[in-house]
Amino acid sequence: MGAPVARIDGRLKVTGQARYPADTPLHNLAHAVMVTSTIARGRIRSLDTTAAAAVPGVLLVLTRDRAQGQLTAPKFGTGGSTSIQPLNEERIWHDGQMLAIVVAETQEAAQEAADLVAVTYDHDTPSAGFDTSGVEIVAGAGASPMYPEDPKAGDFDTAFKAAPVVLDATYNTAAQHHNPMELFSTTAEWNNGRLTVYEPSQFVAGWRAQLAKQLDMDAANIRVVSEYIGGAFGSKGPMTPRTAAVALAAKLVQRPVRCVCTRAQGYTTATFRAETRQRIRMGAGRDGKIRAFSHEGWELTSRPDDYVVGGTETTARLYAYGAVHTKVQLVKADRNTPGYMRSPPETPYVFGLECAMDEMAEKLGLDPVEFRRVNDTQADPVSGKRYTSRSLMRCYDEAAAAFGWQRRLDAGVWKTGAMRDGDWLVGLGCATAVYPTQVAPCAARVRLTADGKALVQTAAHEIGTGVRTVAAQTAAQALGLSVEDVTVEMGDSALPAGPVAGGSVSTASVCSAVLKACGGIRDKLYRAATINSGPPATPESFTLRDGMAVLDSGRSAPLSALFQKLGTTQLEDYAEFAPEGSAPGAVEQLRQGNPGIMGGAKGPVLMYAFGAEFVEVRVHARTGEIRVPRMVGAFAAGRIMNPRTARSQLLGGMIWGLGAALHEMTEIDPRRARTVNRDLQDYLVPVNADVEGVEVILVPETDTEVNPAGVKGLGELGNVGTSSAIASAIYHATGRRLRDIPMRLDKLLQLQQT
Amino acid sequence: MQPFLFDRADSVTEALRAAPDATVVAGGTNLVDYMRLGVVSPKHLVDINGLSQETAALGRITLDHQGLRLGALVRMAEAEDHPGIRARYPVLADSLALAASRQIRTMASLGGNLLQRTRCEYFREASWPCNKRRPGSGCAALDGLNRQHAVLGTSDACIATYPGDMAQALLVLDAQVELTGPRGVRLVPVAKVHRQPGTTPYLETTLAPDELITALVVPASPWSWRSRYVKVRDRRSYAFALASAAVALDLESGRVKQARIALGGVATVPWRAEAAEAALVGKPLDEGAARVAADAAFAGARTRAHNAFKVPLGQEVLVQALLQAGALQPPPPTSRNGVTHA
Ligand SMILES: Cc1cc2nc3c(=O)[nH]c(=O)nc-3n(C[C@H](O)[C@H](O)[C@H](O)COP(=O)(O)OP(=O)(O)OC[C@H]3O[C@@H](n4cnc5c(N)ncnc54)[C@H](O)[C@@H]3O)c2cc1C
Ligand code: SF4
Repeated sequence: MGAPVARIDGRLKVTGQARYPADTPLHNLAHAVMVTSTIARGRIRSLDTTAAAAVPGVLLVLTRDRAQGQLTAPKFGTGGSTSIQPLNEERIWHDGQMLAIVVAETQEAAQEAADLVAVTYDHDTPSAGFDTSGVEIVAGAGASPMYPEDPKAGDFDTAFKAAPVVLDATYNTAAQHHNPMELFSTTAEWNNGRLTVYEPSQFVAGWRAQLAKQLDMDAANIRVVSEYIGGAFGSKGPMTPRTAAVALAAKLVQRPVRCVCTRAQGYTTATFRAETRQRIRMGAGRDGKIRAFSHEGWELTSRPDDYVVGGTETTARLYAYGAVHTKVQLVKADRNTPGYMRSPPETPYVFGLECAMDEMAEKLGLDPVEFRRVNDTQADPVSGKRYTSRSLMRCYDEAAAAFGWQRRLDAGVWKTGAMRDGDWLVGLGCATAVYPTQVAPCAARVRLTADGKALVQTAAHEIGTGVRTVAAQTAAQALGLSVEDVTVEMGDSALPAGPVAGGSVSTASVCSAVLKACGGIRDKLYRAATINSGPPATPESFTLRDGMAVLDSGRSAPLSALFQKLGTTQLEDYAEFAPEGSAPGAVEQLRQGNPGIMGGAKGPVLMYAFGAEFVEVRVHARTGEIRVPRMVGAFAAGRIMNPRTARSQLLGGMIWGLGAALHEMTEIDPRRARTVNRDLQDYLVPVNADVEGVEVILVPETDTEVNPAGVKGLGELGNVGTSSAIASAIYHATGRRLRDIPMRLDKLLQLQQT
Repeated sequence: MQPFLFDRADSVTEALRAAPDATVVAGGTNLVDYMRLGVVSPKHLVDINGLSQETAALGRITLDHQGLRLGALVRMAEAEDHPGIRARYPVLADSLALAASRQIRTMASLGGNLLQRTRCEYFREASWPCNKRRPGSGCAALDGLNRQHAVLGTSDACIATYPGDMAQALLVLDAQVELTGPRGVRLVPVAKVHRQPGTTPYLETTLAPDELITALVVPASPWSWRSRYVKVRDRRSYAFALASAAVALDLESGRVKQARIALGGVATVPWRAEAAEAALVGKPLDEGAARVAADAAFAGARTRAHNAFKVPLGQEVLVQALLQAGALQPPPPTSRNGVTHA
């Protein structure tokens, strides 16, 4: 395990010195405000900009007429958040669609003018979601290259019919928005035909490629800069159409332009996690062994784009089920296109599965932990492939012990409502956390200077996970320096290509590339060290430590001496890392915007990280208020580079899971398909008072197969399973099954009434 | 947000001179927010925060044997922290402490708090039909998402909830609002300040356009210490009430002599539940009596598609508030600010 180094950029962030993209000072900056639609489906009949253009200070009202022919629509699924460029469109596809961009000398003038843009529409009746008419249902399999087919194994129908104990239940998960603290923004500046975009981004390499296509220019003339990011969670992964539009606006006014979206605009002009509905059927023998498992999912998406969540990819392989049937269907409605949000497939689908596991354990009269143990597996029931490592039950055992699960067993495992503290009903619950271990191509440049300082450069992204710190630690360790002597530059497409900050690939990919580059430098130093000294006893005994090169026990030399021998003051190495099994040219592909993520269930072996989460809830017997005084999670995720940042990711993930369980929901008006709660007053996330005890246990695990760094990404592991653990605890407390998230007190009161 | 004129008033007279056509701003935590959202677009804003310098009483808390006087510009956090208020009017201190966040309470004034406007989502987004924001345009909430909306005091024109907490506490303390206008000063019971929507939901208060709130006046009462505010919300802090209850009880050997009950989060205005009060008088305060009162409190409730839970929830909240108030112990005879308890 690595050292628990504090974030190297922590002080900058908490003292306000970190410069986020919208903070970039630029000379002669103009300000832009978006005008968005107030209907979800129809056409623009007229868009009158006269009054807006007359506002003093207005420089441009960029509408469809002005944009004509200058913006190429993005392709969905290749890094673009949607296939539409709204400024090319007469059609309204969703609520809050960008209609125009007003550019003015000041933010205030732009805002004033934006309010004065007069739009009239030809309305059509929109479909809001699952329960409204007019939606179109299409198969998920094949709709996206990421989801070619529904995983299946054996004969589910027969096995299910024959099973002595069966479950058939439906679960619902709500639409959610990321709501990163930092608002969405784009700042564009042109300089002699070269474009620089400052925007919080999880994929600067991909965005540069996207911009080149949408603006029809050479990617070499584009730079995307995103040095610090104030939260992203997937929302800043795919590029939205605003970026190219603001770049066009800057070109037209011949000045740098900045557009900061309002909080409300963030709900409709970026992506979100759409609602799902899931039906699970499970059949088991009296011995507790699952014999048949079916997981069907309905996922909401937009009319123009088939965004597939496809969490069955993971749930179909999680236990030793016997026969497996899965089916994903897309429900297309008049909504903006959904997208990635922290563990996109696992969060909703594992909620369904783990709730079903709890219900099935009850039908079988088994301890829910033992039920998982009985069905634990080291191989995929669908393909037969083995897991490189899987420490699920160790996680359960460690978390159960730390949590005091025995309390529930002592009280009678399925005796609900038995633990009471005055007006509060107490319940204990648990669930599995799982996330695919993925890794992506990455390039890095490392420079070591004779004074013992190193510079690491890679266009990866510090979205708050701590990857900048971990990269510094990796280089420091490989080069025998202290962390303070390493500077890390990230988030700039001018740097060596880095992976998308998605799929929890960053630590594994960046560290693998940095290790490789450091290895190159080490080799050069090794050759220098052996000049006139002869080789070390074994090649492995050559190490870099405390600013010294150690040949073996007897011989060592300060770095400066080696640099002298080489007649240079700095050594540099550029390295490209590509995961095993990658197509040739993977790093070049990355530069073209293809992330090339590998791992999970895609390769010849299964790569996954696991965890077990236990929660205690208290439910007020009169009011149905739900509280979560304690959460304990144990996670095994290969090599932990930095236990401090790892713990923080997992802790934050569990808190996120708590929010998903109890609070978060984007509410869509069913008549108009419009988002009704569009700010942080109505869109609830947990506040400090909601979060009491959270404990994270890092279970040691070694896995040398997953990638050279031995790292399993864990940024998206912590929030998987939390909401089902809470649902299970609520059931234990009250005897009432809630199958839809968020679980709010009105749902419990409704159950109490009936 | 549209351009507007901004003035600072240095005296009440000056503020009043501007008042008929201007909108006063105190903490701005509600008004400025709604200006940004385009819900309101006043042409002229008058900042009254300077008045607490000219007329110190506007920013002062006075507590003596006659009762409590709170200047309209006293900040929520100041009143909430006041030891005398905590001891003698706990329902008031609690209603403030359970509202918004400490940051907002440090900005927000008591006058502004009383007059804060509804959080109805359809009211807060200017493109929806809303009879309150645009008279005659219809009510998007009636058949829309109305989980937050009121079940008491509603009309076919509007079902928006009065969102504040303090007003319910003031109701059970028989408080009055001091209004100053060009015609002088008048005292109006808190219960008479807000208007139910009826057919005119855009008329929210009985204040004249040229009147300012200058103070809140709470009489001394021998039993105001036996008062309690219970609030239930979707998360543990920093959220508006789904249902709340303020109660104050005069008990004599376990029996209710007098009761004051007000409900929040469930009604279109700060809601005094007189039928529930009457149901308690003469009864021993126990769970049974509390339930009868809670039934009476919601007898006239009218629910919509998503807010029916507010009836059982509001009843449970009221039962809790009553039982908790009944169990309170009197404060020590002298509170920290040296005022002898009446
Ligand atoms: C996120 C959030 C959460 C909140 N949660 C709660 C909560 O849980 N409970 C709760 O009670 N409140 C809550 N609030 C509301 C908050 O308490 C009010 O915004 C605040 O009390 C208003 O006071 P102010 O001084 O800022 O008023 P302003 O915004 O300045 O004014 C509000 C209104 O009152 C008028 N006004 C102000 N002073 C006077 C006066 N002296 N005479 C005449 N008219 C006047 C103004 O013209 C305006 O119409 C919340 C607010 C926010 C933003
Ligand atoms: S409930 Fe009232 S405030 Fe809300 S939309 Fe209807 S009329 Fe407007």
